[in-house]
Amino acid sequence: MKYKDYYAILGVAKDANADEIKTAYRKLARKFHPDVSKEKDAEEKFKEMSEAYETLKDPEKRAAYDQLGSHRPGEEFRPPPDWGQQFAQGRGGFEDIDLESLFAGLAGRQARGGARRADMPIPGSDYEAVVRLSFMQAFNGTEVDLELSAIEWSPDGGARRVPHRVRTRIPPGVANGEKLRVPGKGGKGVNGGPDGDLYLDIEVVPHPTYRTSGKDVYVDLPLSPWEAILGTSVRLPTPAGAVTLKVPPGTRSGQELRLSGRGMKRATGEAGHLHAIVRIEVPTVVDDRQKALYKELADISNFDPRGEPEREAAQ
Amino acid sequence: MTPPIEDAIYLDAIAEVTWTELVNASGIPESELTELVRYGALVPRNPDAPTLTFEARYLAVAKTASRIRHDFELDAHGVSIVLCYVERIERLEAELRALRAHLG
Repeated sequence: MKYKDYYAILGVAKDANADEIKTAYRKLARKFHPDVSKEKDAEEKFKEMSEAYETLKDPEKRAAYDQLGSHRPGEEFRPPPDWGQQFAQGRGGFEDIDLESLFAGLAGRQARGGARRADMPIPGSDYEAVVRLSFMQAFNGTEVDLELSAIEWSPDGGARRVPHRVRTRIPPGVANGEKLRVPGKGGKGVNGGPDGDLYLDIEVVPHPTYRTSGKDVYVDLPLSPWEAILGTSVRLPTPAGAVTLKVPPGTRSGQELRLSGRGMKRATGEAGHLHAIVRIEVPTVVDDRQKALYKELADISNFDPRGEPEREAAQ
Repeated sequence: MTPPIEDAIYLDAIAEVTWTELVNASGIPESELTELVRYGALVPRNPDAPTLTFEARYLAVAKTASRIRHDFELDAHGVSIVLCYVERIERLEAELRALRAHLG
């Protein structure tokens, strides 16, 4: 298994006392906890420091960790020959295990040997996985095949990493950041305890045309100035297929034309809206005849786009 | 062997979870979860019903509460305050997403 320097992860000396370890952890938790932090790699960093703290805050586990000896972080190592006898109730053969599972196993044994009876039902752990979907997969729903690596408990209270494969159907209309639940697909319960659940954290990859906010979908609607002034009918792309949209005369830039119920649709029947955001585009190259017509329009028009603010400023 | 396909379900305001599901999923002792209900961090559909039920979205809230309780070593009152801030951050992030989606 690969060595991790739990003291270095928390930034404390090897002879740090319990208070120093707790303070170091709390200071780092404030900065990197994924529920409150926007730091880069916060989740990964927090997982690592949490694993270090879970071991070092417990005197028994800390003693077991110290007995593993000093190694370079990432270096492959094996616990000393008598380590299993001393700390893992005689368990040997640590080939199929990593450091986190090893100490999770010690915690499991403590729990089972402490307040719990040996045959007491223990519910399986809940698992969590991130699922990245394209916008269209999120819109239509899809099937995903997940290969997880999970800690599994053995009847003697030991723990090991096992591959855990789950195929799941994602329902339509899921939003970026949403959490879904797959009941009973977490860790196996022990002694008749119920299996845990699998929770999926949905990440929707940005789409070049559509933007989302919850169940609502946004799309740009570029119009020429004369289309905006006179009104028109345009073909507008929507995730469920193009539709014809009537643009009323006098439409302004930034204005939102809403197509009710054409956003993300849930299997439960709820639906968000599609918002077409008007962007008035102007030609960058005009020939002499067009220039003359614009000039003529400028001469006869009494429209002043800055009139209102100027009047307000004068008051 | 290919495993059978399982349905993932929404955790939204339409689906419902029971008190027992909330206790099991959070791993928080029942007495502390009751405190979270008392502080308004978890809101039952009908507080006077003999068996409490919740919108399924509270399953995600309860799991967040469990993480916060464990990771910051907080009591139920501390958890309820942090949850309040987490909800506020999520609401502000949703507003920001809507504004960004509008602006393009």
